Amino acid sequence: MSLLQEGEAPTNPPEKSAARGSSGGIGLSRYILIRFALIVPTVFILVSLVFFLMRVVGDPISASVGDRLTAAQLAERLAAAGYDRPIFVQYVEYLGQLLRGDFGRTLTDNRPISEVLFTYGGATLELVFYALIVAFVVGIPLGMIAAYYKDRSADAVLRIFAILSYATPVFFAGLLLKLTLSVWLGWLPLGGRASTRVQLALSRIDDPTGIYLIDALRSGNPVIIGDVLMHAIMPALALGLLTAGVFLRLVRTNVIATLSNDYVDAARSRGVSEFRLVRKHAYKPALIPIVTVIGLQIALLLGGAVLTETTFEWRGLGFQLAQYLGARDFVAVQGIVALLAVIVALTNFIVDVIAALIDPRVRY
Amino acid sequence: MTEATTVPTAPGAKPTLFQRLPIVSHVRRSVGVQRGMLVAGLIISSVFLIAALFAPLIAPYGFAQSRDENGIFGKQLPPSPEHLWGTTVGGFDVLSRVIWGTQTAISVVVIAVVLSIFIGVVLGLISGYLGGWLDRILIVIADAIYPFPTLLLAIVMSIVISGGRSSLWSGIFSAAISITVVFIPQYFRVVRAEAIRLKAEAFVESARVVGSSTGRIMFTHVLRNSTRTLPLILTLNASEAILTLAGLGFLGFGIAPTSAAEWGYDLNRALSDAASGIWWTGLYPGAAIVLLVLGLTLVGESVNDISDPKLRTRKRLRKVAA
Repeated sequence: MSLLQEGEAPTNPPEKSAARGSSGGIGLSRYILIRFALIVPTVFILVSLVFFLMRVVGDPISASVGDRLTAAQLAERLAAAGYDRPIFVQYVEYLGQLLRGDFGRTLTDNRPISEVLFTYGGATLELVFYALIVAFVVGIPLGMIAAYYKDRSADAVLRIFAILSYATPVFFAGLLLKLTLSVWLGWLPLGGRASTRVQLALSRIDDPTGIYLIDALRSGNPVIIGDVLMHAIMPALALGLLTAGVFLRLVRTNVIATLSNDYVDAARSRGVSEFRLVRKHAYKPALIPIVTVIGLQIALLLGGAVLTETTFEWRGLGFQLAQYLGARDFVAVQGIVALLAVIVALTNFIVDVIAALIDPRVRY
Repeated sequence: MTEATTVPTAPGAKPTLFQRLPIVSHVRRSVGVQRGMLVAGLIISSVFLIAALFAPLIAPYGFAQSRDENGIFGKQLPPSPEHLWGTTVGGFDVLSRVIWGTQTAISVVVIAVVLSIFIGVVLGLISGYLGGWLDRILIVIADAIYPFPTLLLAIVMSIVISGGRSSLWSGIFSAAISITVVFIPQYFRVVRAEAIRLKAEAFVESARVVGSSTGRIMFTHVLRNSTRTLPLILTLNASEAILTLAGLGFLGFGIAPTSAAEWGYDLNRALSDAASGIWWTGLYPGAAIVLLVLGLTLVGESVNDISDPKLRTRKRLRKVAA
């Protein structure tokens, strides 16, 4: 997402929504229901868009293996997969499959897309989780510091850090981290989710979750836990610092905006110190708009995860997507993209519900 | 501060050239840290613009040149007097590819921003001013696209446009159009919201009373007044376009390496170099991306801060009222 939306978040006028809330007065459960119903058109439109866009170019079979087959063979493959039928029939069938939770099968290795999700989704989830931790730990305190020192040199330095973290592509940050921490200093492994031996040990655990951190903790072996964590540091930093910059800016603008509220003025006139004002009075109200923006950050994180996973050979959904892209397996690409659309819509729903729980003014 | 300074004369054009006057006035109005950030951003952006315009003169070699009169360059050579920034794994000169890459990046950004402003503004105006079923359909589509990861959408678009492989201009255009699709909803939303607000204003009403046609009202009265925030989105989108282009290139969905130099692709190739400690193939193209995005963002941010006292004014009003 662009920086603009983040900047605009705090301008969401509280007076207006409060007025609406008091006149409308919709309960929380009804808000959740309506909000949940809104997922359906969103997902439907995205899935349809992706379907028709990908079919404009032609069928996926000719795209991936078309130049290696004779015309007769190609026609046979097309008929077998049903790509010779009218596009609308295929579309209706595709929607029907989606409703049953069937996202199709990959062309290259003939696996169900949902299986790809279950195998690799855990890794992506783990990466996004680490990155969010880094983003929170780095972004929120620094944003408060920047707001506290507004328009002074510390603020300028932090804002430049925020812009730099936005300006640095994840893969370049990853490359620099690899060069310094791994190649020159030799502290951290170059890539992957764990070293080969640990990976083997983890696969032998009964009922593995695919989330290495959980599996490692369950194994209880400190060597395994250490190895998994060591592998996570660089990807988490690369993806997390990108998001930390966003959080920093958000917290800064929101804290500054809340600092200009009347109740803060009142507290200031009673002699509350500036530091305490930021720490106690402006901090919590400033976090509310951040919750809503996290929803948008999920999209950014998922996009960033594709690049981060490719950079560090972190075998998650994004890495797999890049592999299928390289193999020109557009059925797989379409399936994974449709799946991510569902995930994005669901997370946005959850985030909106959390926002409504925290802040009653949202439920208009 | 006057309204005229913030209305772009030619939306989508390179800000440093076409909007020189507004930017000069911004510099003059700015103080302290803000002025420093704006000037720094302007200097960085102009350096890249110059590099892009004069790439054939500045670059020591071509972007796909791997030999000269002294023979083949050699692969992964460390920086030397002949190759100031070394050579890549493909045996190309890194310095030359970074300079030529500026041209690719800036062409893509200019095309993408011009296209998306044009389409987004027209759609936003029509949707916001006319309303009706078209408005409802467009807003639902825009809302569905909006939270979706930009990079994934750009990947889908680049598959649609070029099947994922492309030559120089078709590559530049398909990258630009892929990015355009992602940006249209942003302009659309902003302009639509403004158009809805302006529709109820007295001057639009009076234009309607004197008998101006709908088209005239839309494209002269409403359009002029709804473009206030566009310069900011423009610079921010320009920087996002560079990142998206680099991301596409990194995933191998950009422009073929022999038809143009592209930083993202070079970084992808540099990834395996890094494991053996070869830093020059990745550092320079990466630094180029960071610097260009930094420059554009600094300009956009400071111009926004300086020319948009909306928030500040409103706060002061609220205090007075209290």
